[in-house]
Amino acid sequence: MVDAAPQPKVKVSVKDLAIQYGGKAALSGVNLEIREHEIFGIIGPAGSGKTSFLRVLNRMDEMTTGMTFTGTVAIDGRDVRAWRNLYALRSRIGVVFPLPVGLPLSIYDNVALSPRLRGIRSASDLDEIVERCLRRAALWDEVKDRLQSLGSLLSGGQQQRLTIARALSQEPELLLLDEFSIAVDPVTTMKIEDVLKELRSEMTIVLVTNLVQQARRLADRTAFFLSGAFVEVGKTEDLFTGPVTDPRTREYVEGRFG
Amino acid sequence: MAPTPPDDHASDRRNLDWYVDRGMRWIVTVGGVSAIVFIIGIFAFVTREGFPFLFDGFEAGEFFGSPAWRPTSEPNPTYGALALIAGTASVTGLAVLSAVPFSLGAAIYIAEFATGRTREVLKVLVELLAAIPSVVWGFIGLSMMNPLIIAIFDVPVGLNVLNAGLILGLMAAPIMTTIAEDALKAVPDAYREAGEAMGATRWQVTMRVVLPAAKNGLMAAVLLGVGRGFGETMAVLMASGHSINLPTSPFDSVRALTATIAAELGETAVGSEHYQALFTLGMLLFAVTFSINLAADLFVRGVRRG
Repeated sequence: MVDAAPQPKVKVSVKDLAIQYGGKAALSGVNLEIREHEIFGIIGPAGSGKTSFLRVLNRMDEMTTGMTFTGTVAIDGRDVRAWRNLYALRSRIGVVFPLPVGLPLSIYDNVALSPRLRGIRSASDLDEIVERCLRRAALWDEVKDRLQSLGSLLSGGQQQRLTIARALSQEPELLLLDEFSIAVDPVTTMKIEDVLKELRSEMTIVLVTNLVQQARRLADRTAFFLSGAFVEVGKTEDLFTGPVTDPRTREYVEGRFG
Repeated sequence: MAPTPPDDHASDRRNLDWYVDRGMRWIVTVGGVSAIVFIIGIFAFVTREGFPFLFDGFEAGEFFGSPAWRPTSEPNPTYGALALIAGTASVTGLAVLSAVPFSLGAAIYIAEFATGRTREVLKVLVELLAAIPSVVWGFIGLSMMNPLIIAIFDVPVGLNVLNAGLILGLMAAPIMTTIAEDALKAVPDAYREAGEAMGATRWQVTMRVVLPAAKNGLMAAVLLGVGRGFGETMAVLMASGHSINLPTSPFDSVRALTATIAAELGETAVGSEHYQALFTLGMLLFAVTFSINLAADLFVRGVRRG
């Protein structure tokens, strides 16, 4: 079966990545590949470099003073440092931050912002995109009657779903989720998780999470970071029950430390 | 038998900290209340001095409708403030028109684009600019702008609406810039990061996210600039030409409300009709600047309410 399966296409390839803040190492020795249409989990305790890793993928290092990185990160085979127009790179990558950031615009405009920046003007097209993205983020039913009210006034959990809708409105190839469920209740988390499973057919998803069980439910393959070092990557189920290369991985997923 | 609990009342003593707290409360309360006392006191004084005129020599039609300000003409002095109101309005209007684009541009540059040392140096320079005394600006209007305007536009006199408006604009710009920059900085960085993370350029984030979020504060900045222009006296007195005119072009000399009071009050007999009429001008100025500041304050409150 292993021989018969077609080799999955590599979406993101990371070689010898090391990240520093003001010369101080935050993460090093990352070598991994993220395959197209998979949900790729990243687990590890706080401060292990998970968020820094995400920031490199869409070159947010450039907005962070003092942040630098070495090694190569290539998306679709192209080094992210080779991009001359970072905005074009970032517009292909949706990001959901740990704390929800509802922009101080109406709910509608929050979701319509990215399509408008792409040049979509027709009201009916925008309406259609806004409704589709809000439905997918499991928020439509709660906000459909007040699309013109301020997005920043929604509750935390609603704002988080709004940012997910906003990320989806970019029609991203790559969706980066950074501990999206911190501010979301468990029921909504489950709803969003179902959405993510569906989205896998359309995009590649990188899921940074503190909840090892969430990684287990969603991620096809998972990487384990620990205190700024890349420990290992493998099929998610292997980290829990199969062979692991580093015993610390098993200890972490079983909650024996961290 | 349970041991007797220690006597807790022993620690219940009004110590030095307690008295310092009471004393400081009292002192800062006096400070706060004095602001109210002063504003009411000034209002009462200006009103009392100008009030008799309102019932005696004052005719609303003449005051607001006639450009003839001839308080010293005998035997029939006229008190038409229209030209003075128009003078102040035209100079302030031009000042706002010239200051707003520069100030907003500067504020956006400092808050959104400048980084590190550039930003710090610029902020200090802008604040220094705001500290230049108004008589120095008047001097610049008189001795630099005047010949410049005469040479460029080929007009006989360079002390006019254009000169005073530009000078006032330069004076108001640093204040507008500082307040506008504060308003922009109050927009959380998370918004900028979220915007840029989705591929919006810095400029797109500024226009579509930051400016709408800061619009109340920016409005307040403009209004406070207007208030500054309205109340400015010395620079306008020196640069406007100080002649009573209903301006029809930027090259007409005008006279401002404030400058009229400053120039004439010392020449009048206390309690005379002229004296009272000047205080009536003062009441008008007071009412306008008070409304402008109140409006600015309401806009800023709008920001806080989100």
